[in-house]
Amino acid sequence: MIREFSSADLMFIVSAVRWTLILSAIAFLGGALGGLAVALARTAQGRLRRRIAAGFIQVFQGTPLLMQLFLVYFGLAVVGLPIDPLLAAAVALTLHASAYLGEIWRGAIEAVPPGQTEAATALSLSYKDRMRHVVLPQAMRLATAPTVGFLVQLIKGTSLASIIGFTELTRAGQIINNATFKPFLVFGTVAALYFVLCWPLSLLARRMEARMRLAVTR
Amino acid sequence: MYQFNFQPVFGNLDLLLYGAWLTVRLSLMAMVLGLIVSVLGAVAKTSGIRPLRWLTDVYVEVIRNTPFLVQIFFIFFGLPAAGISMSPNTAALVALVVNVGAYGTEIIRTGIESIPRGQIEAGRALGLSPVQIFRHVVMIPALRNIYPSLTSQFIYLMLTSSVVSIISANDLASAGADLNARTFASFEIYLVLTILYFLLALGFSTMFGAIRRVFFTYPASR
Repeated sequence: MIREFSSADLMFIVSAVRWTLILSAIAFLGGALGGLAVALARTAQGRLRRRIAAGFIQVFQGTPLLMQLFLVYFGLAVVGLPIDPLLAAAVALTLHASAYLGEIWRGAIEAVPPGQTEAATALSLSYKDRMRHVVLPQAMRLATAPTVGFLVQLIKGTSLASIIGFTELTRAGQIINNATFKPFLVFGTVAALYFVLCWPLSLLARRMEARMRLAVTR
Repeated sequence: MYQFNFQPVFGNLDLLLYGAWLTVRLSLMAMVLGLIVSVLGAVAKTSGIRPLRWLTDVYVEVIRNTPFLVQIFFIFFGLPAAGISMSPNTAALVALVVNVGAYGTEIIRTGIESIPRGQIEAGRALGLSPVQIFRHVVMIPALRNIYPSLTSQFIYLMLTSSVVSIISANDLASAGADLNARTFASFEIYLVLTILYFLLALGFSTMFGAIRRVFFTYPASR
């Protein structure tokens, strides 16, 4: 039985935005921790650590996010955990974000002039203090614009969680479309909602980048 | 303890390899058509014609700020309501071209803007025709400048193309999904699929490196 598209359907779709946001937040926070570890390992002294981090980045940037989601989803059963769409999506997106943020932040860390590290070493600061007080604060300024840019990619990426059955914005749209069969209206609305989430971030990233370019050329 | 069973995968490796070929073909077609859309988009964006620029801006921003999955749903399920219906394979190609065209437009636009005005003026002073200037002074050096970002966008396109399996267009991911529906060796199948995609990405990146060495290295005699 196909029913009419009502305001309740619209509300259902709009309120699903919160699951997209929650999933994005989990993946971004997890990805920030993982990404920091990856970036530090990638710029470390030890060759083995550098290699492992580089391999991690290459694997996650060289395979589709969809496959990563499926692999984690079915992999949960392999390690004996219950299959749960939210858990699988959170883990897969966290790993995905760790690789991308790790690569962005590696670039930022390497862009800090080596003289800064050398000066800090000459002042006999430990690795931890050197990173915390000298290198990372400067790297952070360079990294903010591309990080915000990646956040847009991550929010869009959460739409794939719908495929393993997690009800976020896209899947809410599919559910309503199956009941009302108004695909043009439903997916138009879903797209508009994603646009409202992502566009301000894209603009922000672009503005930060333009300001950074001015600061660098000055 | 989980019992691994790779038999269904290796027994049907020919199906997966055929799926991989379909993904390569789909991606190559989307890259070529997407490049054409990107060049047109970049020309429209850098042209002085206001409405054309606005239109391109809207296209680029809408595509870049919505997920590919929603775009393909809109094209495959939504457009028939407006009288445009396509087979899954056509819808997949159209969605990929529309998607990569928006990113490519932005990339090529930065390339075009990286050409100093003086070079175009120099071309004019040498008596080159507008078409010659566009081709030799603007486009080829611009492509050389943005080649790395354009090709990594193309590889990203190939990886994204796995999403077309959701509307059951034919590709590597849907070959895997079919096999999964018959054998239920899910983890093993998706592990092998992931490895195959990784190898495809390596292959494309090697191919782009070779093209770069042949066509995009100085001296620019070619």
